[in-house]
Amino acid sequence: MATRALTSDSSSEPFNLYTRGDKIFGVVNTALLLLFVLSTLYPFVYILSASLSSGFAVTSGQVTLWPVDITFAAYEYVLADQKFWIAYGNTLFYAFFGTLTSLLIMVPGAFALSRARLRGRRLIGFMVAFTMWFHAGLIPFFLNIRDLGLLDARMGIVLAFACNAFNVILLRNYFEAVPTSFEEAARIDGASDFQLLWKIFIPLAKPAIMTVGLLCLVSRWNGYFWAMVLLRSEEKVPLQVYLKRTIVDMRSDDSFASALMSTEYSFETITAAIMVVSILPIVVIFPYVQKYFNKGITLGGIKE
Amino acid sequence: MAEAALDRESGGGAVRVMDGVIATPELATPPAFPPARTFSIGSVVRTLLADVRRDWQLYVLLAPMIIWFAVFLYAPMYGLQIAFKQYSLFRGIEGSPWVGFDNFVALFSNEYFLRAVKNTLLISFYSLVFAFPVPIILALMFNEIHHQGFRRIAQTITYLPHFISLVIIAGLVVNFLSPTTGIVNIMLDWLGFEKIYFLTIPEYFRPIFIGSNIWKEAGFDSIVYLAAIAGINPALYESARMDGASRLQMMRYITLPSLVPVIMIMLIIRVGQLIEVNFEYIILLYQPATFETADVISTFIYRAGIQNNQYALGTAADLFNAVVALILVVSANWLSRRYSQNSVW
Repeated sequence: MATRALTSDSSSEPFNLYTRGDKIFGVVNTALLLLFVLSTLYPFVYILSASLSSGFAVTSGQVTLWPVDITFAAYEYVLADQKFWIAYGNTLFYAFFGTLTSLLIMVPGAFALSRARLRGRRLIGFMVAFTMWFHAGLIPFFLNIRDLGLLDARMGIVLAFACNAFNVILLRNYFEAVPTSFEEAARIDGASDFQLLWKIFIPLAKPAIMTVGLLCLVSRWNGYFWAMVLLRSEEKVPLQVYLKRTIVDMRSDDSFASALMSTEYSFETITAAIMVVSILPIVVIFPYVQKYFNKGITLGGIKE
Repeated sequence: MAEAALDRESGGGAVRVMDGVIATPELATPPAFPPARTFSIGSVVRTLLADVRRDWQLYVLLAPMIIWFAVFLYAPMYGLQIAFKQYSLFRGIEGSPWVGFDNFVALFSNEYFLRAVKNTLLISFYSLVFAFPVPIILALMFNEIHHQGFRRIAQTITYLPHFISLVIIAGLVVNFLSPTTGIVNIMLDWLGFEKIYFLTIPEYFRPIFIGSNIWKEAGFDSIVYLAAIAGINPALYESARMDGASRLQMMRYITLPSLVPVIMIMLIIRVGQLIEVNFEYIILLYQPATFETADVISTFIYRAGIQNNQYALGTAADLFNAVVALILVVSANWLSRRYSQNSVW
């Protein structure tokens, strides 16, 4: 009885095991959690509603939860803005080639590091991990990029953020956990190391590679700081830098806001629309990302 | 913890070297006739060459990654020397003259840097006090939800903000707190209060920063604790139930104590990061009016080095930051080893 009550869901729980206090506790707990969930959700709902409302309704404070005077004017304005599309295209470019570069460098590297017979593996492993605990910092990193001639270069953005120690270690641990019998069997068949990686380890490590790929993808999609620092030309900046300039920096610049004044849309509805359009891809791939992120955390060893 | 498996180095190439040649001189009783030096170096080189010939494909696979780490992470470490130089762009790193600790003297007599150090520690400390417990409480609360459907949906929703970019989060904060059209001020107005331009008032910066961070990360951070809760033996709850324990008592005396090891490890990791605050987020939220409470070491470096071209001063601050961070991480790991016989890495 007791076992069932605690391990199965509420539908099969015998009520007599719960005291009045327990029930009150359950209700209060559910209510508090619901409050937290709703407060997580509210900003998204508000932004969506604001983006669909008329500029006047938003600036006059009529919009609190649902859209008022529904209009797509803000979206029309945003989607007609060429700078927005250039930035969106740049983000797609950086996300795709950045993730590809990351995997092309880290997967083979982590595989080699996972092989026990690799000479110097302990030292190289330490050198990789050391970068998690000690990094030179902003200025030396920036000057290094400049000395490499990668300032204001798409190549710089793609290359300079391709690897990180955490992902390398995650991949290496996964490769290490593959039973040695796989390698031995392949060796007997005369497989080279290249074939071993391509034909056996990559298919086996698909969950880990997917996880790292998604980690890279999300950080590429969301990263703004270095793109802002390293890129000077307008036509190279990714979406997040464009977003920063429009929705964060414009707060004190009233000239932009007043120039936009119209009854249909306002500065507020336009920024709301921009936010919705740039969150959308993340929300769409979110179920997959979440699944692999949870997996990634356990893969990375955070497991008790 | 994430790096725990780093310790798993076993067997392998490095050990072979130790067994054969290099370990020999370290024996407690040296052999009567130590092998000739040329012999040992020669054999090391020979086995190395043999290994490289045998495993050349592995080295080919490894090479791009090694080059990447050398070019993008280790080269900047070489560049840290400009903290001790009077750096000029035209002379470059090697050509600039050494000035000893002048940059550090300038740094530590700069009141804005000292303010940044203070702000960094304060923001970290307040985050530890106010933000650290939230995911733990959240995990305990999720655990008490027995309706699986609601629980799954609730968890998924609270993970979502973790995946939203900082720029969007800052945009939301700016939007909500806007003095004229922000929803918070509209509510204040309704309730008969004065409207407040929150983002220009130094006293409000830390609560806004820490509060929005909780909103963004608490749900996702609860995953670690939920994983630990999932590992608790159900028999504990059964026998407690037999003894007439209430749900609150079971939470207090079974779930929470079972979480203590994970909480300790997470706490130690946080202590190791005390000097690192999320400066990319601060840059989005702060403005000169709030520098007084908002400016941290990294934002100071960003303004000094990248916006004002004071490269040497910025690098000195970078070096200070990196060394303190390293000391903190190493001590945190030492603590963790003592506390749980379980190294963080």
